[in-house]
Amino acid sequence: MKQTLLTLRNLTKQFDGKKVLDALDLDIFDGEFLTLLGPSGCGKTTLLRMMAGFEHPDEGSITLGGQDLTYTEPEYRPLNTVFQNYALFPHMSVFDNVAYGLKMEKRPKDEIRQRVEEALAMVQLEDFMRRKPHQLSGGQQQRVAIARAVVKRPKVLLLDEPLSALDYKLRRTMQVELKRLQRELGITFIFVTHDQEEALSMSDRVVVLKDGLIQQLGTPREVYERPANLFTARFVGETNFFPGTVDNTNDDDTITVDVFGLKRTFRKPDFSVSPGQPLHVLLRPEDIRVLAPSDEDGVAGKVVERNYKGSTLDSVIHLDDGTEVLASEFFDEDDPTFDYRLGEPVRVSWVDGWEWLLPAEPEDVPEEDAIDA
Amino acid sequence: MNRWLPRTYLTLVYLLLYIPIAVLVVFSFNDSRTGYEWGGLSLRWYEALFNNRAMVRAMWNSLWLALSAATVSTLIGALTALALHRYRFRGKNVLNGMLFVVMMSPEIVLAISLLAVFLLVGLQLGYVSLLLAHVTFCLPFVVITVMARLSGFDERLPEAARDLGANDFTMTRTVLIPVIMPALLAGWLLGFTLSLDDVVVSTFVSGPSYEILPLRIYSMVRVGLKPEVNALGTLLLAFSLVMLILSQWILLRSKR
Repeated sequence: MKQTLLTLRNLTKQFDGKKVLDALDLDIFDGEFLTLLGPSGCGKTTLLRMMAGFEHPDEGSITLGGQDLTYTEPEYRPLNTVFQNYALFPHMSVFDNVAYGLKMEKRPKDEIRQRVEEALAMVQLEDFMRRKPHQLSGGQQQRVAIARAVVKRPKVLLLDEPLSALDYKLRRTMQVELKRLQRELGITFIFVTHDQEEALSMSDRVVVLKDGLIQQLGTPREVYERPANLFTARFVGETNFFPGTVDNTNDDDTITVDVFGLKRTFRKPDFSVSPGQPLHVLLRPEDIRVLAPSDEDGVAGKVVERNYKGSTLDSVIHLDDGTEVLASEFFDEDDPTFDYRLGEPVRVSWVDGWEWLLPAEPEDVPEEDAIDA
Repeated sequence: MNRWLPRTYLTLVYLLLYIPIAVLVVFSFNDSRTGYEWGGLSLRWYEALFNNRAMVRAMWNSLWLALSAATVSTLIGALTALALHRYRFRGKNVLNGMLFVVMMSPEIVLAISLLAVFLLVGLQLGYVSLLLAHVTFCLPFVVITVMARLSGFDERLPEAARDLGANDFTMTRTVLIPVIMPALLAGWLLGFTLSLDDVVVSTFVSGPSYEILPLRIYSMVRVGLKPEVNALGTLLLAFSLVMLILSQWILLRSKR
């Protein structure tokens, strides 16, 4: 059922001697919602512009359904783009903006009118046809840009951070709407964003990019729960990294790891482990359990920050050795141990089996800088 | 007192600006033969003006010259601005700077050098030499006006047009030119006004076959100020006002 529509092979691009894309391979399926996720400068926009035809790779090829598109001009590609700042033609009405692509195809007037009206109805803007773009709100302009791109019935819709200019609430609404549109139209969406929450909630698959290289390709769940490396773990969601040392490898496919002096038993990871080897124990804030100081389990620390978020209570806990731990717990008024005051001593533990192990990487520190940049 | 100072100051500035114009307009309707005393309301100077065939011809000559010079310099200037905006090449900054040199250099220098060139190539002084000269000094103004508009131009617009299936030529026709139209009009109007009232360069490069208005007025004034000139000045003033309102109206409409 999953048929490859767009094939990217060995795509390489340099700008002023800096590698933006590095021998990138990617297969994009027909009808999927694929997100390119990464920090600024990771090559995601360049990759999208290459598919649209605004940039050409130094090496490599782009094939769509068997047809080579690598050096085809944008106007001859069956792909359309929704631009970051919409790029609506300011001198044309909403109707003329949406009709532009069909006029270029020299479609008959009646067909143009009908298809434009359909496209505008799809984004609930049929009453705004005579307006000029500047008379619309940001969200409405966004819808016009989407209508203008989908009215041509492209095989692939490219979206370049289309929601980044909208406020939080509108962004959420548009996310739902884009998903709905994609389901209704059944066309492939390739969506560029630096917002990991957006990527996780909308995509069928996520491509995590850094320095022109694919860090991980997988479903949102895979990327979040089983990050392929430290970069992905840090970039997608918040994570606690606990330094651990392999204590023993057991026969029953488990290993014993020394974390903060505690001996914990974990599932054996995919990579090879041997006693004495350092590794990272990754725990998402929601995997952390905050216990009373009298509890036997866990590591001692004290609460330094508390944020009430409505459905969850997020706290920052400093362990005695200085490690900072983020914890996010569901609000439970019946739990007497739940409500801690600032500075109060607690113990930190987690649910075994919810952890994820990654080998210690030598280049841990520079990666941290890359995320902040 | 603090409130009165700025008001008085502004009033003085505006009086200074508008008293000469007011005097000109009022005296154009003066029935008296001399320009210094009021002899009642009359349109006689307007009549005299339109009966002065040399003057009317000079007026038409000037209008035609300004029209053609503004149009030619807008065409060349717009393409120059597009090239300077769109392409990156060596020496682009130098070329950019050279525009300002022409704009800032004393007009008399341009006048002498143009005359020298025309004499060198043996061009007969008349409409063609005037047109070439006027296009030369209008060009930098047009280029700079259009470039200012292009600098605020969203680079994604041409890409969006290409993305939707327009080739380069269609994109230019349907997106680029309409978007920079206000700048083209502004550049054209600027060229038109510059050409219409130019005296210095025109004095050097015009010939007896093609007399233009500013030079005609200049020679009239030399033999004594005739009230006809006031009538002419008033007409020119009305004409520029209409042009100004028109250009503002077009600008406003294009923003809508």
